[in-house]
Amino acid sequence: MDYISSTGQYFIMIKDTFKRFTKGSVLRNLIIQEMNDLTVRSLGIVVFISFFIGAVVTIQTALNLNNPFIPKSLIGFAARQSIILEFSPTFVSIIMAGKVGSYITSSIGTMRVTEQIDALEVMGINSLNYLVFPKIVAMMFYPFVIAISMFVGILGAYVAGVFGGFVDGELFLSGLQEDFVTFQLVYAFIKTIIFAFILATVPSFHGYYMKGGALEVGKASTTSFVWTSVIIIVSNYIITQLLLS
Amino acid sequence: MIKVENLHKSFGDLDVLKGISTTFEKGQTNLIIGQSGSGKTVFLKCMLGLFTPDDGYICYGSKTYEELTPKKRRELRKQVGMVFQGGALFDSMTVEENVMFPLKMLTKAKKPEMKDRVYEVLKRVNLTNANNKLPSEISGGMQKRVSIARAIVNRPKFLFCDEPNSGLDPRTATVIDNLIQEITHEFEITTVINTHDMNSVFEIGEKIVYLEDGHLAWEGNKDLIHKTDNKAVTDFVYSSDLFRKVRVAQQKGY
Repeated sequence: MDYISSTGQYFIMIKDTFKRFTKGSVLRNLIIQEMNDLTVRSLGIVVFISFFIGAVVTIQTALNLNNPFIPKSLIGFAARQSIILEFSPTFVSIIMAGKVGSYITSSIGTMRVTEQIDALEVMGINSLNYLVFPKIVAMMFYPFVIAISMFVGILGAYVAGVFGGFVDGELFLSGLQEDFVTFQLVYAFIKTIIFAFILATVPSFHGYYMKGGALEVGKASTTSFVWTSVIIIVSNYIITQLLLS
Repeated sequence: MIKVENLHKSFGDLDVLKGISTTFEKGQTNLIIGQSGSGKTVFLKCMLGLFTPDDGYICYGSKTYEELTPKKRRELRKQVGMVFQGGALFDSMTVEENVMFPLKMLTKAKKPEMKDRVYEVLKRVNLTNANNKLPSEISGGMQKRVSIARAIVNRPKFLFCDEPNSGLDPRTATVIDNLIQEITHEFEITTVINTHDMNSVFEIGEKIVYLEDGHLAWEGNKDLIHKTDNKAVTDFVYSSDLFRKVRVAQQKGY
């Protein structure tokens, strides 16, 4: 019963977020601030993880290619497919659920605990629009982060494959371009945008409706991470089924 | 003026407010007192519009909240200032930005005009040297002053304070009490203060409402509270040994 009412409350929150808009000039500054906090400041960790995962994917593929009839170009092909289709959009989003999601939940949750949200409401400001809407807009720039992750992941794969002596540079590049279907990129970015929306709203929901004190802020951050990850994984399955099967 | 008539509010099976009726006049400091759990905060939040009453009405000036159109309700909210128990200052903003916030959000004033107004209210609360500091960099007393400055910067008609001097030393608490009273008189504001502090009751209680278990058990002022025979009120007010001794001394004519 709790899950059903929480789901309903989540959709009511989304509806209320798009009501009674905050003053344009204030909103613009908030969006720029959130873009910096949520996307630009995540670039470091995304680049770091993407490079090394790309590298590991290549090494694992190369070490498991024992059959002489399978061309070495498959290493580049496998790196591209795994990074573009799954690693960058889905697994980076789960990492972001930990980083960005817990930041959103704890910052909004702290505002709830310290009555800052009540202060906004007393002034007649739609606190959901003021707090959540800029995060949704800022996260619409998240596909740029994922594009960078894809590029760096493939770069990591190239560096590990070629400089590690697993594959020739030209073979890797030819595998990278082999059977490339543009729609796979479209699919990857469609799901990235959906994950961006989930990353902005689910942690906001957990922060905004939390009750209690400082301890509950920590608990809400953990719950938010679990639920954001679960929703991303389930959405990933549904989107893949709808778009690729 | 705020007129409250037969106000009821419950949460599930729990009746918190059980038919409160009273009037808070403008230009005077109105205090709500009572034990923890007596319904003070719920009463204050009903008046602020954060909770919707189950029954009864609250009249701001000449109209009830329900009679107002959504636009008029938003206009009314612009006339309300609130000093929260913990200050509720925005952590990421400086003192100046916190005080400027209502002007930025609710008015069309230009930046120099807003800065002048902020300077004026910060001067009014005796806090002119902390403009660029964050709330975490100033003391509790200073945070309360910033909170008061933010509450009055948009020249409200109604000022609500939730335990404005909790956690403050007695000297700072008295300064804050006097500041709120001065501002109330100066700007002819209807001020409603929710407090546990007996010093405030005796200092600035121009009207005092005592709540007990969701009922209005007594109302009067700081002069009448000394003379009342209402046992619930005297038990509450004179629960401190110091105040009991003062009362005995007063009764003996010292």
